[in-house]
Amino acid sequence: MSRKRPFDRDASSLGAAGGRAKSWKRPLDRDASSLGAAGGRVMSRRVNAFWGLVAWLVGIAFFLPVAWMVLTSFHSEADAGTNPPKFGASLTLDGYREFFGASTGASPWPPLINSATASIVSTLLVLLLAIPAAYALAIKPVRKWTDVLFFFLSTKMLPAVAGLLPVYLIAQKIGLLDNIWLMVILYTSMNLPIAVWMMHSFLAEVPVAILEAAAIDGARLPTIMRKVIVPVAAPGIAATALICFIFSWNEMLFARVLTGVVAGTAPVFLTSFVTSQGLFLAKVCAAATAISLPVLAAGFAAQDKLVQGLSLGAVK
Amino acid sequence: MPKVRQFTPVLAAIGAIALALSGCSGAGGGGGSGGGHTLNVLMVNNPQMVDLQKLTADNFTKQTGIKVNYTVLPENDVRDKISQEFSSQAGQYDVATISNYEVPFYAKNGWLYPLDDFVSKDSGFDQSDILKPMTESLTADDGKLYGEPFYGESSFLMYRKDVFAAKGLTVPDNPTWQQVADLAAKVDGAQPGMRGICLRGQPGWGEVMAPLTTVANTFGGTWFTKDWKAGLNSPQWTQATTFYVNLVRAHGEAGAPQSGFTECLNDLEQGKVAMWYDATSAAGSLEASDSPVTGKIGYAQAPVVQTKSSGWLYTWAWGIQKASKHSADAWKFVSWASGKDYENLVGTKLGWARVPAGKRTSLYANPAYQQAAAAFYKQTQEAISSADPRNPGVQPRPTIGIQFVDIPEFTDLGTQVSQAISSAIAGQLSVNAALTQGQQLAEKVAAKYQSK
Repeated sequence: MSRKRPFDRDASSLGAAGGRAKSWKRPLDRDASSLGAAGGRVMSRRVNAFWGLVAWLVGIAFFLPVAWMVLTSFHSEADAGTNPPKFGASLTLDGYREFFGASTGASPWPPLINSATASIVSTLLVLLLAIPAAYALAIKPVRKWTDVLFFFLSTKMLPAVAGLLPVYLIAQKIGLLDNIWLMVILYTSMNLPIAVWMMHSFLAEVPVAILEAAAIDGARLPTIMRKVIVPVAAPGIAATALICFIFSWNEMLFARVLTGVVAGTAPVFLTSFVTSQGLFLAKVCAAATAISLPVLAAGFAAQDKLVQGLSLGAVK
Repeated sequence: MPKVRQFTPVLAAIGAIALALSGCSGAGGGGGSGGGHTLNVLMVNNPQMVDLQKLTADNFTKQTGIKVNYTVLPENDVRDKISQEFSSQAGQYDVATISNYEVPFYAKNGWLYPLDDFVSKDSGFDQSDILKPMTESLTADDGKLYGEPFYGESSFLMYRKDVFAAKGLTVPDNPTWQQVADLAAKVDGAQPGMRGICLRGQPGWGEVMAPLTTVANTFGGTWFTKDWKAGLNSPQWTQATTFYVNLVRAHGEAGAPQSGFTECLNDLEQGKVAMWYDATSAAGSLEASDSPVTGKIGYAQAPVVQTKSSGWLYTWAWGIQKASKHSADAWKFVSWASGKDYENLVGTKLGWARVPAGKRTSLYANPAYQQAAAAFYKQTQEAISSADPRNPGVQPRPTIGIQFVDIPEFTDLGTQVSQAISSAIAGQLSVNAALTQGQQLAEKVAAKYQSK
């Protein structure tokens, strides 16, 4: 068992692929233990090595495009555009200079601040609304709570693009076009159903016995929420928050249509480097790398909680 | 208990909206008013626009005190955004880059501000210096001018002088398509891996349909007759398309069904083709100092059959939104960006090769520009000047436009037909089958206009 630990750490150090690599552990455990103790040593070592290799291959396959993007971002435009690609081309920071407006004078900070505002505020609002809602559906279920859950889900069944035109026209009429607070409201409402579903499944796993014990000790609802439910559901909350943050940080369809001069978000800004005349790969890769950094940082910060959270279960 | 709890999200939502509205006033709202001295400009992300962004603050803003906020997007995105902005007259943007395809029907829909009054009062602008086909293609059916060109292009034939010289061949200055096809056969394989000619095959109304429509025009075909009868299954269109498809399949570039402007540019630069029929704006890239074929390219007029000239006409122009509250400031910007002084500014500051060309007679008479663009300036000027957007073929047309039909439906129609044509170039479909499909699509569009 002790040999498995470093493997886990290696796999999860791959970042995005970490969560995935972790899930490969399950079959491995079962295989290893089903072989029994006697005579299974050599076999289990081989099986381990096999699954380790598979985990690495999957991890690398998922990470390769990202690594390619980062590498390309340090190449010159001419080197980035060659076919076949040049791996060993000399490195330059020109792409990043372009991102910071070297030739256009357009600063990347307003769109980054807009994206941060929209993502962080909407994520906080979502958590504020989703946790109580999930509590009402999971721990003290309201009547017909399954219907309520499906109602939440049904709001995601309408293709987002179908709602785009009405939202645009309403925003225009009430003067909220190109306003970052409109994006906050939209992202909150778009992510709320997902957050309620996720939080519901996390809270459903909180053992009722703990809650009863706390109640017998005289704790009231706010205390139970704060001191019992939140600590137990923390991985779930972290996972939910991260997903909401990523979804709103990367949202492009609504942002492209509803924002303009002042409220443009980072993904819309990213597209402004694409041109139909001339080379742009290195610039776009540099911009994409820079814009992914906040999400990566958030992912690393929440990694421990996230891995627990993604395997869906608070006390598994 | 449950009932009370169900209200909490509603209350929270109201709170969120209140927060949003308060944030609205705090952030200064959208649209950017800024006391009448700020302009919002929406434009396509082409190199000429990048230069414009760089030069605005130190020149235009310094001279006039008007601050310009640019939003730049790639071509397809910007078209979507502009049509959405202008059709709803949202007024977020004062000025946008629109092409000569959009200007006439945008004007007809009342989305654009007429510019004639501004032009007549602005003595420094000099509308008569703008190449005539440009002015004509930005004038709507009501006779008013609705756009000023930023830069423009036609199409012509580019070829490798060294390859033709080595084979003892010459390309006429005004070739016919038959001559071009014969030459393509002769230079095919002149160097290892070199094909005869590059012609676009990539689907898209602005990709394969642009050169093919000019070929159809000069073969005597038209998308629609004056009384809106679709003509894609006419003998002339069939002849033109068969010629184009056969030429590409026999002597065209490798991977033709996926090749557009960018791919052909690469092919010619890397010696994979000996000729290329495409936009005049390509010459700037071919003659750039870092191009491998600088000085090796010859330029001839667009090949013809029945017409005298056959080049297309395209321009990115400035249009002022009707709903703009700053139309006078907006004109100052348009007048500056499309003016002579701006061309001189780019020429002296960034180099003459980067001037937004193809719109003013004076630029082609400027010795500094003549020297920088010695290889192609004459041919470019002739190509643009000889384009006739109202009468590009052998019969009267229902709308303006050379390589497109100036109706909003054309982007969809052209793209759908182009997919069939591209399949024909790939050999998956016969030319007749492709054009029969195209005819059915075109008839549906034509029916709409016949009843008007």
